[in-house]
Amino acid sequence: MDAATQSLISDAVNSQPQSTVTVLSSLLAVEDAIGYIPKEAVEAVALQMDATINDVWAVATFYPNFRFVPPTEHRIEVCWGPSCHVMGADRIIAAAQDSLSLSDEGDTPDGKATLRYNTCLGACAHAPVMAIDHHLAGRITPESAREKIADVLRSAASH
Amino acid sequence: MEVVAATKRALEERQVVANVSEVGTLGLCFAEPLMDVQTPGGPRIFYRNVTPELADSIVERHVAGGNPLSEHAIGYLGHRSLAPDGIPHLDDHPMRSMEQRIALRNAGNIDPSDLYQYIANGGYAALNKALTQMSPDETRQEVLTSGLRGRGGAAFPAGVKWGFLAGNPDPNKYILCNCEEGDPGAFNDRGILESDPATVVEGITIAGYACNANRGYIFIRHGHNQPIDRTRAVIEQAYELGLLGENILGSGFSFDVEVALTGDSYVSGEETALMEAIEGKRSMPRYRPPFPAQVGVFGKPSNINNVKTLAYVPEIVARGGEWFASIGTPADRDNGINGSSGTAILCLSGDITYTGLMEVPLGMTLRNVLFDMAGGVPNGKRMKLLQTGGPLGGVLSASDANLDLVLDFDVFRAAGAILGSGGIIVCDEDTCAVDLTRNLIAFCQYESCGKCFPCRMGMSHLLEVLERISNLEGTEEDLALMRNIGENMQAGSLCGHGQLGFNPVSSALRYFGDEFEAHILDKRHTGDCPEQVFSPKLTRR
Ligand SMILES: Cc1cc2nc3c(=O)[nH]c(=O)nc-3n(C[C@H](O)[C@H](O)[C@H](O)COP(=O)(O)O)c2cc1C
Ligand code: SF4
Ligand code: FES
Ligand code: FES
Repeated sequence: MDAATQSLISDAVNSQPQSTVTVLSSLLAVEDAIGYIPKEAVEAVALQMDATINDVWAVATFYPNFRFVPPTEHRIEVCWGPSCHVMGADRIIAAAQDSLSLSDEGDTPDGKATLRYNTCLGACAHAPVMAIDHHLAGRITPESAREKIADVLRSAASH
Repeated sequence: MEVVAATKRALEERQVVANVSEVGTLGLCFAEPLMDVQTPGGPRIFYRNVTPELADSIVERHVAGGNPLSEHAIGYLGHRSLAPDGIPHLDDHPMRSMEQRIALRNAGNIDPSDLYQYIANGGYAALNKALTQMSPDETRQEVLTSGLRGRGGAAFPAGVKWGFLAGNPDPNKYILCNCEEGDPGAFNDRGILESDPATVVEGITIAGYACNANRGYIFIRHGHNQPIDRTRAVIEQAYELGLLGENILGSGFSFDVEVALTGDSYVSGEETALMEAIEGKRSMPRYRPPFPAQVGVFGKPSNINNVKTLAYVPEIVARGGEWFASIGTPADRDNGINGSSGTAILCLSGDITYTGLMEVPLGMTLRNVLFDMAGGVPNGKRMKLLQTGGPLGGVLSASDANLDLVLDFDVFRAAGAILGSGGIIVCDEDTCAVDLTRNLIAFCQYESCGKCFPCRMGMSHLLEVLERISNLEGTEEDLALMRNIGENMQAGSLCGHGQLGFNPVSSALRYFGDEFEAHILDKRHTGDCPEQVFSPKLTRR
């Protein structure tokens, strides 16, 4: 782990805006800062919160929003909650998997994008919904999902 | 976002001076993104489905040129004498025509991050009234009189629950506001915090006063950035103005509020799981007793309410409990009806013409809401099924008898559904009841916290059986097997997730038993479901 990441972690853990600081709030702060929870962050949180490393792992592994390897460049989420399901989420998920050459959620081998399933993106009135890098897009069709993903991959390629 | 940027760019290019502000939702989700323009002395004109290109022409022709684009306008707000040519009043839109806005009174009208705008619209008059003219007991009495029932699912009377906490002499007590909002199909809690967080901050402060509590948490799911940022913004301003903190308005009452975040977990919306999450742990429900009013968050007595419940409180205190009680349905105790006062804040999604958020008086029929206001099912299709009150709520057939149900917590329960948090997913004739039930159980299985095995294993087992049935591989014993699993889950689960988790299946069997039988006995699909169905599997590690 490089010194810069190490200091991002300690900044995130040590300067949280709210007054109630917990294992969970510290982990969320690290996730926001660097996009994943490395082993060093678990140690930093344990030290700060006077918890055991096991306690911190227990919390980190419970919530599916934490990941333990560095993030890819883009995050693509597709909702399969009932509103979206009724409006055709299955086909959006299939289209997203196909565009990314994935057979399930996960990272593309080239590290460009991550596909995540979500149980409700909170925009049910616009179902079916997907989110690309946290920007919501509603009334998605398999075609528009493919287009959006292609756009994102193109922008990743031009970096 | 792109629309806001395009509007600012268009204004700059034409050197027009105008204020651009982002407001919360008006509730008309089907027409979003919405943009409204008010020129000096004119009405507010709302444009529907605005693209960056349309924003550019709106600036050119309306803002700079003074000519509204009636073909893109959905309506105007303002005095009717200001009616622009060819544009109807927004209140005449079916979606708004029968609304009665209490909790959503400011939504879409004020800048949600600006506490001064809230105050200018009558905000904080209620807290001031409570602190200067009413004792904590009188304040609680007003809420009791209002008949306000909790909007988080169980519909428990708020004033009674406050009484449990008020009676505890501990000097350190907490009020918790639940905006976990994991129910897919419901987005009203977020909608309130996005469009008027101050009403919730005022509400939780009044609850604190009524219960002699000194601290509050507003609990929001991580990643829901607009509600988080806007709630934090008004809390900060409330501290600056002396509306939170020490000695509020010189009354001697002190109250602190902060926002707490959770990770993705549906069950963290359950009251004791939420306390675990605030303490930073895995959000797994606790055993009861002790109840939250004795031992709650950080071991201290606590009271928990939903966002909507607290959002009603300022208006109840300002206008009186009698006023609130006069809206809604009366009690009919002989028939198990306790009365439901106030409004329902409904979230409509699925196969319905106008999707979005609406606040209507309780006592209206589903038919009023779904047909007269929301325009029925589009494309000439038949309405088949309604999924209400979140995944644990179950399904209703859209039969004539069910469409005549009035919005009332106990009436819904008797029909085998839950009004609960107010989500209604409408499904047309193409929706397959077997497949939707499988999806609901997949959700419940994915979200089981895993603490107790009747729920953890019961959900997985139910999902297996439902997958088998939807693949036409179900056996005659499967219906009895599911009932057996359901009974065990109900009897042996620690929290509502497992206790109510069989509802989707039992209600689907009640209304659509023939479709299940066709799949099991005749090995025949009743709709056109895809071969490959998607159900991710995860119970918490
Ligand atoms: C599995 C489960 C999930 C729940 N999720 C929520 C939720 O997201 N929001 C909420 O307000 N209440 C939720 N509840 C209900 C809460 O436990 C609690 O009853 C409610 O917040 C109390 O507020 P009220 O009295 O104002 O309704 C949930 C309950 C269960 C069993
Ligand atoms: S019933 Fe389910 S969700 Fe509730 S505590 Fe048990 S395992 Fe967890
Ligand atoms: S169910 Fe998909 S956004 Fe809510
Ligand atoms: S599972 Fe839907 S028609 Fe068979």
